[in-house]
Amino acid sequence: MHMATTLTINGETKSFDAPPEMPLLWVLRDILGMTGTKFGCGIAQCGACTVHVDGKAVRSCVLPVSAVANRTVTTIEHVGSTPAGAKVQKAWLEAEVIQCGYCQSGQIMAAAALLAATPNPDDSDIDAAMAGNICRCGTYVRIREAIKHAANGQS
Amino acid sequence: MNAHNSVSRRALLTGGLATGFLLAFHLPLRAAANEPVQRDVTDGKFAPNAFIRIDETGRTILMMPQVEMGQGTYTSISAVIAEELDADWSKVEVQHAPPNDKLYGNPTFGLQVTGNSNSIRAWWLPLRKAGATARAMLVQAAASQWGVEPASCTASKGVVAHAASGRKLGYGELAPAAQGQTPPKDVAIKDPKDFVLIGQPLKRLDTPDKVNGKALYGIDAILPGMKIAAIANCPVFGGKVGKVDDSAATKIAGVRKVVVLDDAVAVIGDHMWAAKKGLEALKIEWNEGPNAEITTKDIWDDLRKASEKDGAVAKSDGDIAKALASGDKFEAAYELPFLAHASMEPINATVHVRPDACEIWTGTQIMTRVQSEAAKAAGLPAEKVIVNQHLLGGGFGRKLEPDMVVAAVKIAKQVDYPVKVVWTREEDIQHDVYRPVYRDQITASLVDGKVAGWKYKVAGSAVLARWLPPAFQKGIDIDAIDAAVDAPYDFANFHVEYVRAEPPAVPTGFWRGVGPNNNVFAVECAMDELARKAGKDPIEFRKSMLTKNPRMLAVLNQVAEKSGWGQPLPPRVGRGVCVQPSFASFIATVVEAEIDDIGEITLRRITSVVDTGIAVNPDTVKAQIEGGLIFGLTAALYGEITIDKGRVQQSNFHNYRMMRINETPKIEVIVVKSGEAPGGIGEAGVNAGPPALRNAIYAATGVALRRLPIDRKLLAAGKKA
Ligand code: FES
Ligand code: FES
Repeated sequence: MHMATTLTINGETKSFDAPPEMPLLWVLRDILGMTGTKFGCGIAQCGACTVHVDGKAVRSCVLPVSAVANRTVTTIEHVGSTPAGAKVQKAWLEAEVIQCGYCQSGQIMAAAALLAATPNPDDSDIDAAMAGNICRCGTYVRIREAIKHAANGQS
Repeated sequence: MNAHNSVSRRALLTGGLATGFLLAFHLPLRAAANEPVQRDVTDGKFAPNAFIRIDETGRTILMMPQVEMGQGTYTSISAVIAEELDADWSKVEVQHAPPNDKLYGNPTFGLQVTGNSNSIRAWWLPLRKAGATARAMLVQAAASQWGVEPASCTASKGVVAHAASGRKLGYGELAPAAQGQTPPKDVAIKDPKDFVLIGQPLKRLDTPDKVNGKALYGIDAILPGMKIAAIANCPVFGGKVGKVDDSAATKIAGVRKVVVLDDAVAVIGDHMWAAKKGLEALKIEWNEGPNAEITTKDIWDDLRKASEKDGAVAKSDGDIAKALASGDKFEAAYELPFLAHASMEPINATVHVRPDACEIWTGTQIMTRVQSEAAKAAGLPAEKVIVNQHLLGGGFGRKLEPDMVVAAVKIAKQVDYPVKVVWTREEDIQHDVYRPVYRDQITASLVDGKVAGWKYKVAGSAVLARWLPPAFQKGIDIDAIDAAVDAPYDFANFHVEYVRAEPPAVPTGFWRGVGPNNNVFAVECAMDELARKAGKDPIEFRKSMLTKNPRMLAVLNQVAEKSGWGQPLPPRVGRGVCVQPSFASFIATVVEAEIDDIGEITLRRITSVVDTGIAVNPDTVKAQIEGGLIFGLTAALYGEITIDKGRVQQSNFHNYRMMRINETPKIEVIVVKSGEAPGGIGEAGVNAGPPALRNAIYAATGVALRRLPIDRKLLAAGKKA
């Protein structure tokens, strides 16, 4: 039997049974039914599974759920309620960034964390924050454009 | 029409579509009926054909015969229908069509397939007519209500108006009466100058739910009582399962069942973590079979040998033997590796096998084949198999195959609850259906600085022979030689051959860009080498042989201007050009790249000029070229699947690399205005990147690469070809 784990996700307290080493990604998707956070590689190579823990972008596929007990987790389902997240979502639609969209939960989470920490990122800030997120559809040009657009405060 | 059919159709609208209407992308469409839904007569609904449903409130549902995998087709197809329907765009919603080749089969293939960049090409006229027919019926309904001539009425934005009397009726109000109208026999379609939606950069209909986690891909299916399975396919191609010791696995908390198939083992668990842990704890002995020693080297030895044979002649103009006997002779062979698709959404399928039915939730490019293959695996008739189509997290040709669904059916057959089978990235890369290895030989002669004779022999897999056998005729795979026979240049003596050479063991399939990937690469590399041999600028050389191809010439001229072609560059920086006629689009691309002293490559700038005929959504055309370029350049820079001991050696993104944002240069795409019929665009950009980059490297270093991916060792300073 596992100990019940309690997490604060998107402002709500959730309790569930899970092995302590189980990655947060699978807790979100398979136990809590929150499928906005995506599985892409499972080894911290693609960024599809990016969530915020205490406001920082982290790879939930390699993050044991025990490591986030008593921390604040935000996912794509809720990032629109943060100022940076709302700006990013809006800019993403205005620039029509998205193709298949599968990587975009992770891209938006990474971009929102970047803007929250660095409100006016330059190209090298964008590269540093976003290079961990693969987009197989190749939407990078528009991601860069949309981050700059969001940073310019047209929210 | 019998009673059974109309009951089913009613069920489709009330049980299936009606809920889907409300939650367009939030719920997977439940394809509750497989019977034709051609002329629906459900209360108050106007259903003039398989594609259009309008209810009393004016809500306009368009049924999508093509699947959305990022290429924007839900929006473009909708714009084509809505244009002729004169629909109110703000009231348009889309639903995925159920599997039905008769109603929704792509007109080019007669199959409900999304591929070959032909959604718009194939549906352009049929869907315009479907829209125009529905519009005419709505106008007739209004005219008869008002007692006026239909010709005296106009329609716009979902409203029919009679100007003379100032009367107006919305499509919703007209829907019940329109349903009773006789469809006109020969309906007129619009003059393109009257288009109001086609040609506009309309906002995509699928993206709002893709910024907030609501969009549902196949991998997001959740059903009551569902469990999750992880799968291990036999690591050696063609191998089988020998012995399985599951004693440790079944002790893991959350593991429910171990399923042993012929060539794979799956562990079903409460969640993916338990399933994965369970799989790792299994001791599996594989019967590796006859392919256990195969290596990439063996495959290349075979292909090189096969490519020396004479091939089946696909096209021959003029006197090739004579032309090649004169002038300055050129000969080269270009080689392309196996590639995996690696869509961001790993392979998955969810299946519930019940005693009398099999229900599937997945994102596929080939719904009806998924249905028929699943039926065989389930031992049920096809009409007992329900396929719920989801959004695809990338397709790229991998999801033209039903194998993942068949395996999931075999697993789900062993339990009574629904099972979601999720492949790890490692399984996804190591059990793909790979872009084949190709060897393309070009022999040419130059007379007076122009190509006098051109002989091009393609050797590689015949993917079509496996995938669509009737299309394979006289030993020629029309996909593998597609852009070889369609070379854009005026070559008086022109000869194309094809040698079918199937690699042992490794399954091959369609990969975004398909046959033209190998053709455009070989042709455009050879053209650059020939230009140099002739002492000419690569663009001037090409232009001299494009005099009969005005659309190609125009985009080439424009890309020269926009890319700064000819302007001075620093040392070890070069520009390379690619001209391509793929998918009935005319595209010219210039890549500018820098090669450092150890051979590392930095992309500096890309310019692409595109004439795709009428661009239904010019912003989508741009996006597809931008993304396609990156997809192709990723392959040129990094892509290669290699085989050792019958196994794929790459496993995840650390050793099957993808381009990232920090490697992406400025990309400028110019879409030219055109009144020609639309061309294909979803794959075209993929073809352009590799030859343009290779030619930029040739210009910067003098090294004529003839193999992909690019070998940096050949590019270190001081090396010369
Ligand atoms: S799934 Fe976590 S980084 Fe790829
Ligand atoms: S939009 Fe498809 S992977 Fe990024």
